[in-house]
Amino acid sequence: MKREKLRAHAPLEEPPAPTDLRVRQLRARDLLRGDLEGPELEQQVEESVLTTTMHKAVGWGRANSIFPATFGLACCAIEMMSIVGPRYDIARFGAENLRASPRQADLLILSGRVAVKMAPVIRRLYDQMLEPKWAISMGACSSSGGMFANYAVVQGADKFMPVDIHVPGCPPRPEALIYGINKLQRMILGNPDPGWRRRYNAYGTEEWAREATGEATPEEIEAYAAARERAASHEASRSVATRGGRG
Amino acid sequence: MPDAPGLELIAQELNGAAEGSVLGTYHEHGQGCLIVNPERILDVLSWLRDTPGQEYHFLSSLHGVDYLPAEPRFGVVYELLNMPRAERLRLRAALADPGASASEPDRPRTRSGGGERLPEIDSCVSLFAGAEFPEREVYDFFGIVFRGHPDMRRILMPEEYVGWPQRRDFPVGGEPVIFTRNEPEMPRWFE
Repeated sequence: MKREKLRAHAPLEEPPAPTDLRVRQLRARDLLRGDLEGPELEQQVEESVLTTTMHKAVGWGRANSIFPATFGLACCAIEMMSIVGPRYDIARFGAENLRASPRQADLLILSGRVAVKMAPVIRRLYDQMLEPKWAISMGACSSSGGMFANYAVVQGADKFMPVDIHVPGCPPRPEALIYGINKLQRMILGNPDPGWRRRYNAYGTEEWAREATGEATPEEIEAYAAARERAASHEASRSVATRGGRG
Repeated sequence: MPDAPGLELIAQELNGAAEGSVLGTYHEHGQGCLIVNPERILDVLSWLRDTPGQEYHFLSSLHGVDYLPAEPRFGVVYELLNMPRAERLRLRAALADPGASASEPDRPRTRSGGGERLPEIDSCVSLFAGAEFPEREVYDFFGIVFRGHPDMRRILMPEEYVGWPQRRDFPVGGEPVIFTRNEPEMPRWFE
């Protein structure tokens, strides 16, 4: 009964007949041998070859095999540890392999408050990581000092190193950290999430796109135009999707 | 824990052994405290440690206090323990701030690099070896120098740190946070 209901809701495609699979296998063998010609060759190429750019392919690879450094600073580290466990399972996003050396890692998760004495150590660890590298500031303390508004804690880790993603929370739940890692994956793919700029329709207000700081360089103007264009197409596709869903 | 008369007896005997070493006593919440002349702190500590019948062999804690605006401003507190009798005795040495003299009003009182005049007291590392790290900590946070300490430098803060962060006139730190209630105090904060 249950299965029938499911089927009615989302009818499954008929699986290909075993003979079709066999035919395709033989055709692929012929292609590799160089025996395939004419429309058969065209069809085979059309079905089995995917074209992309090197940039995108590399980004796809990097985004789906992030190696975080094993690096805990404070209580946020407890939440960070649980993302590799079976309950949250960061392996679903290909980042389960925590490296014990910064030289093998490409993501530094600042999980906790950064004391002034720890800051140079963290900076050194970050400098030891090989490019390309990213950093997530996890929780209120490493993002802004949090509740530790005093002489001993750095008021925001981005004062001494670049940070790509800030995850809010005190501490953030593991889901929040995984969401941050997902956003980082989108960044690595070259399609960063506009975040609050989408809610406030504030595309083009990025620091690098703002002209108020002085004369904009041609590259900046180009990037600005590209960002606007990307945002517009994104919005258009979103609205089409919404309408399609409703219709 | 010596009771109030016992504390007075200790004070009398100490003043007999080392003239002018105990300036006062008080006994509160079942805890006795001797207020000690900081110049005689080593005499007092060694007397309490070595005299038969006293034998406070263990220095369980040593810490600094800033009593600003009281005068004298700083205090160094020694918590002694006699383990066989399970008796504790507290000593407090009050130290004036030599940097607060009125002759140099322009000189900053904290966060000044060299040339700062700091309160000083004798180190008791020769009597209690375990006092080495607590004395460094007091120096680190209050800027109280222990004369004769084998390694007088900061212990918790970075060595190049400037200032004595646990002094009461040290700025708390952090960054101003804008709320609606204090926004008028910081006009144009967003620039």
